[in-house]
Order: sequence, then C-alpha cells, then structure tokens
Amino acid sequence: MSTAIKDLSQDRQKRMIAGHYAELSHAKESGRKVVYTFVPGNLTELLNNLGLLPVLPEINALQSGMRGKTGDYIHIAEKAGHSEDVCTYVKADIGMLKSGNLGPTGEPLPKPDLLLLSYTGCFTFLKWFELLKREYDCPVVMLHVPYQGDGRITEQMRRYVADQLRDEVIPALEKLAGRKLDYAKLRQQLALSAQAESDLVWVLESAKHKPSPIDAYFGGVYYIGPIFTSFRGTQDAVDYYQLLREEVEQRIREGLGPVTPEGTMHEEKYRIVVEGPPNWTSFREFWRMFYGEGAVVVASSYTKVGGLYDRGFRHNPDQPLETLADYCMGCYTNLNLPDRINLLEKYINEYAADGFLINSVKSCNSFSAGQLLILRELEKRTGRSGGFIESDLVDPRYFSAANIKNRLESYFQMVEAKRARS
Amino acid sequence: MSQLIEESPAATGALAELITRATKLYEDLEFKTVRDWKSAEPSRRAIGFLPVYAPREVIHAAGALPVGIMGGGDQIEIVRGDSYFQSYICHLPRSVIELAVSGRLDAMEGFIFPSICDVIRNLSGMFKLLLKDRWVHYLDLPQNFDRAMGGKFYRHELATIANGVTALTGIEVTDERLRASIALYNENRRALADLQALRAQRPWLVPATEYYLLQRASYLLPPEQHTAMLRDYMRLSSQSARAPQDNIRVMVRGAFCEQPPLGLLRTLERAGCYLVDDDFVLGARFIPEPLPEQGDPWEALIDGFLYRSLPTASKYDLHADKEAEIVRRAREVRADGVLLIAPSFCDPALLDQPMLARALEAAGIPYTSFKYAEDTGQFQVIREQAGTFADAIKLWGNA
Ligand code: SF4
Ligand code: SF4
Repeated sequence: MSTAIKDLSQDRQKRMIAGHYAELSHAKESGRKVVYTFVPGNLTELLNNLGLLPVLPEINALQSGMRGKTGDYIHIAEKAGHSEDVCTYVKADIGMLKSGNLGPTGEPLPKPDLLLLSYTGCFTFLKWFELLKREYDCPVVMLHVPYQGDGRITEQMRRYVADQLRDEVIPALEKLAGRKLDYAKLRQQLALSAQAESDLVWVLESAKHKPSPIDAYFGGVYYIGPIFTSFRGTQDAVDYYQLLREEVEQRIREGLGPVTPEGTMHEEKYRIVVEGPPNWTSFREFWRMFYGEGAVVVASSYTKVGGLYDRGFRHNPDQPLETLADYCMGCYTNLNLPDRINLLEKYINEYAADGFLINSVKSCNSFSAGQLLILRELEKRTGRSGGFIESDLVDPRYFSAANIKNRLESYFQMVEAKRARS
Repeated sequence: MSQLIEESPAATGALAELITRATKLYEDLEFKTVRDWKSAEPSRRAIGFLPVYAPREVIHAAGALPVGIMGGGDQIEIVRGDSYFQSYICHLPRSVIELAVSGRLDAMEGFIFPSICDVIRNLSGMFKLLLKDRWVHYLDLPQNFDRAMGGKFYRHELATIANGVTALTGIEVTDERLRASIALYNENRRALADLQALRAQRPWLVPATEYYLLQRASYLLPPEQHTAMLRDYMRLSSQSARAPQDNIRVMVRGAFCEQPPLGLLRTLERAGCYLVDDDFVLGARFIPEPLPEQGDPWEALIDGFLYRSLPTASKYDLHADKEAEIVRRAREVRADGVLLIAPSFCDPALLDQPMLARALEAAGIPYTSFKYAEDTGQFQVIREQAGTFADAIKLWGNA
C-alpha cells in the first residue's frame, strides 16, 4: 500500500496552498499587490515574475461550495438583485464578498489591486469582472482570447493575443508591480511549466492502465490544482508533479486502483469518461456514487479547462508571448463543439472506456449548451453507453442526491447489460 | 388578415397594407421572401446571421442577401429543438435548431454566429455538425477596442467573412463594391434614425408593434427595399389620424437577443406605455450613424464597430460607462421610466441588470424588471406590473 507516498504529494500540495494563502493574508503588510484573475487562460507566469499575488474567484467559489457556504452566499446575491437563472459561481463570489470575503483559512482575502480579465472560453467572465469592478473600484485589464470557432488557432489569432500581452497586459502589470518584466526569468518559468505539464500528462494518461491507478475526475481535480492556479512555472509545481508521478508509478507497479476518500478502490468494474464539471457542494457524496459501484473515471474534460496538454501543447520558453497566447486559446472550453466531441471520442477509445457520462451543470452555459448533441454524437460514433445527469457547481438546490444516484445506478446497469451482450 | 393589423390603431388604406406586408415578413419563418429573392437570379445566395450584429455590408458587397435569424418566436411548434437543450438554457437556440432541422433554413448557404454569449457560440458548433453542407462561421467580434489591436484583428475577421461569402457567390468584395454597400446601408441608417426620432417625438404615430415589425423587416429585405418601406411608413403614419393617448414614455433594455413575442409589446402599450426607445433587433441599427463613404471602406466598418456602435451587454468596452450611458439615453428620449427586461436564463442580460438598475436608481429614474421567453403566452402578470408602473408614474412622477 502506498499511503505514505500518497501523503507526501498531498501534503506538499497542502503546504503550497497554505503558503499562498499566508502570503495573501499578509499582502498588505508585505506591500505585495493582488490580482484577481480566472483559471482558464490564466497568466500565472507573468504574475509570479512580477511578484504579484493571484486570487482566483472560481477557486474561492468552489472551495466555499465544498465548505457548505455557497447556499447562503447565493441567497445573499439573489437578495441583492441577481437572478436565479445565472451562473452560481458569480453569485457565490458576490455573496462571499458581501459576507466579509473570508477565504478558506477563515481570514479575509485582500482586495484586488487589479482585475486581470484574461477571458478564455466563457462570456460570463466578462460580466463577473464588470460586477467586481464596481464593488472594488479598481482597474481592469482585458485580454480578449479568440475562440477556436473553426477548430484551429490562426496566425492572426496568435498575433492578436500576443500583441495585447505585450502592449497592454504586461505594461499594466509592470505598472502595478513597479518593475519591469524579467524576460530571462520568464523563459526559465516557462521551461518549468513545460516540465510540470509533461508529468501531469503522464499522470493523467496513467489511467490507460488496467486497473487505472488514478481517478481522472474526482482525483483529477486535486492533481490539476497546482498547475491550474498559482504555481505553474514554479519549482514547487515541478516537484509536486514529480512526486505525484512517482506515487502513481508505484501504484501501477503494485497493481493498485485509485485512491478514494475511503481508501484504495479495489475492483475496477466500469471505466468511464466524464464530460462537464463536478458538483462541489456534495463532492464526496457524488464521488462515492462512483467508487461505491466500482466505477473509475479514466478521463475527463473538466481537468482540461485550465490547459489542455495531452494533445501535445507545452509552454515554449523560446517564444514566451506566443506560447502564452497558444495556451490561452487551447483550453478545453475554448474548443468548438466538434473538437470537444472529437476529443471525448478519442478518450473513450484510447482509455478503453465502457461508456461516458455527462454531468450537465445548470450554471455553465459554456459547458452545457450543446451537451445533448455531444451525447448523441458520441453514442453514434463509439457505440458505447452514454449517460446524462444534471446538477450544479455550487448551488445545493440543484443537487438531488437520490435522483442522481438512481440515474447512475441505472446507467451502470445499462453498461453492464451492454457488456454482457457483447 | 392577422389579428395584429386589426388592432393597429387607425391603420387604414395604404398604411394598413404596409403593416400587413411587414407582418407577413415577420411571420415568414419558411423564409419564402428569401427563396423568392433568390429565384429571380440563380446565382443568388443568402447568408443567415444570428443576434446581435454582423457586418451586413460585407455580405451584401459579396453579392449575398444578409438574413437575420431571430429565433422562432411564438410561431413555431418546437418538435425536435427541445431535445437539444436542457431546461435551463434560454429558448432562442431551440427554435433556431428547430428551424434548422426542419429544413426551414435551407434557403441559406451560410450562417454567421456573432460572439455574444456561450449559447450562440456553442450553437455555431452544432450547426457545423448538423448542417455539414453549409458554410458556418463564428464571428469573433473584438473585445479590445484599440484600433491597432482589436481593429487589426477585426479586419482579418471581416476578410474571412468576405472570403467565405465570395466562395459561395463568386463575387469578390472590392473596395468599390463595399463602399456602394455602405452607401446603401447608410440610407437605411438615416431612415431608421428618422423613424426613431419620429417615435420619440410623437410616439402615438409609431406604435411599438409597428416599429418592431419594421425593424424585423430589415432582416429579410434588401436594404433599398427596406429603406423605401420605412420612408413610406413615416409618410403614411404622419398623415394618419392617430391621436396622442395618456401614456407614459418608457425605454426598454435587455432584449438584444431572444425577442419577446409581439403580444408582449402590445400588452405593454395597452398597459399605458409608449415605447420610445428599445434594444429589440439591435443589429438593425447597431451602428446608428452613417459610415464614411470615401476612403478605406474596411476601416469605416472597423471604426463603426469600435467607436460608434451601441452599448449592449455582450460588449465589454473597458472605456465605456454603461451606467452613464443608460441614464444619458433615458434623458435624451425623455423616458419617464425604464423596463429592464431579459429572456429567462440569459446570462449576459441578467448579469447586466443589477448594474443598470443601480445606475437608474442613483439617477432617480423609475424602472421595473421582468423576464420573458420568445414563446411566452401569458401576459397577465406583465400587464399588471407594467400597468402599476405606468399608473405610479402618472400619479406621482415615479414608480
Ligand atoms: S459560466 Fe461556467 S465557465 Fe463561466 S464562470 Fe460560470 S461556471 Fe465558470
Ligand atoms: S438569449 Fe441570452 S443566453 Fe440566449 S442566446 Fe441570446 S444572449 Fe445568449
């Protein structure tokens, strides 16, 4: 059993995150400036290079969800005039702000000195920061990231993003930091990014083994933590992913299944690909519905929202701005619908999945609009069973445990029946 | 004759005929008008575009007819569209898919999906999968309003559209052709501005439903025909015996994409509201001022979009002040109050609302808000709400 090694990587991640929050809580005294920004298409290397501290409102929302706070936060936002219909990440954030902006450590998060609207793959981000701008009265810097509508990144798209980075984003960040971007250091950071990315890909692809040593969705969201947030391009991230990789290598050697909150999963009965974000308010309960049935998620699209590395992209130190542009444009929700389907189809085949499941979240039109067509296309192309469940990210009103459990049970029965037939 | 025309106040003779024609265009969800236009000349092509804005001049200069697709309203039965979308997604994409899979959009060889929200964005991918034989383009309008950056990128987008349409028509978009198209659309802009001025000055001459139908007509007719229609309407309506009523003047915001059914507009008027400004069919007048007809026509379109287009929730111009703008406009059109309306489940419109509401409140401008869907059939609640709003303004000057 590899619990000892598992603990090492988890501990390391916990220490990294705690360190980051400690820095945030002392930002005022230390004089460090704080930048709020989003996960997809984030520009962590630039922020770190200039000594700026990132805060990611989506992460706050999901952490509040896991701590059972978002029901109240959403209520506060709705009372303040926000519609029941809109993305609950935004409302959870607004509600949190109006309740003292307490972060996961229980200490208030510092206010932003700048809102960096590097927006990839979601229009709601625009609105979110428009709303925050009015709450904090601080400047916004906008990076318009074009969508891969035609399924590719053209030279014009790349130029457009790189130009905005060079002429608008970087000067604004430099002004805030009171110093110039260090390009030599940026190259080193990008090399570190690429190193960590390769190890992350290795870990995610380890799920091709039978049994899979990881759960690429419920476990996956922990694995992507450091690289999707404040640590890409740091030695810390490189070390974390090396450690994680070693652990997974050992699990493979020992023929072990994934780690779950209740220990190692023993029998791998179903191999599933999942599309869509998880639910955070009942995350553990949701996970249990899978491992309780012997279902392991072998690949997921959600673990690609902050960067899609398994199609070969790595940050390239030789072309810093262009590579950041490519990274931003390559995140999963910035792919058009046909490419999302192609990717999922590839996952189903390459990971030898028994079927696929779509968790359709009410909040997120970016993910959800079109998912029923994804379902049909994938069933048609792969002949594998597709399942469809509905929940939300952080609104507990939209997680109906009994209903979802029922659906999952029938889905697994369907997979079983199909397998028996073939 | 449709119910709408019978209810148009004092619309007789030529005016009634004109409104009948506009109504027929509105009801033409088989796009027969487009088919007829095409049949006159076998090489003709038509390009559909979704809300909010597409540069129609470029499509026109490439020899195709730009056709606005605004959903199916309350006029089509959704047979298959619902099976493509979850219950928490707005209504417009289901009726658009219904139009597509039922073959009603067959008159169009291509489609443009402007970048306004994630739903329209993903709908472009669905069209790519469902209508494989058609040209489907996602138009990434710049969110960077600097000429050297967003402008440069947009120039490329415009060229992509020109090339895409040219591939269908065989007609190249030369500068000369584009200038001619801009001139035609400028005429249309002037007529639309005159119509807006007329309704702001004498709203009883331009009932909301008629104004709306005229805007919608611009999404099906070639520009010169539409301009002529507008001019005829203004002349006929001004000559009519329509008389002022004791209504309040309201401005509407939030309806730039999915459209409310006509019945809702009628309900608002019956509840005592003159609509003196709105954002329905916004793409018809997204750049309200005429564009330069000399010089580089591409630059004219780019500048028009970057610096002269109307504010809307789907645009994020860092330098624009949407609060100041809504207050300025409300005062300019002498609105007694504002209706902040939005389609159910529309993130852009609904997330915008609290910001606009706060601005109106701070400026002391009364407002009220409600949601709708394009197929809303019950107006009782809205009628009561709008009626109370109008009465409160009439009695006390604010709601
Ligand atoms: S719509 Fe989706 S991607 Fe956008 S902010 Fe909400 S949850 Fe995130
Ligand atoms: S109604 Fe709103 S959410 Fe729906 S397609 Fe239009 S802009 Fe998007």
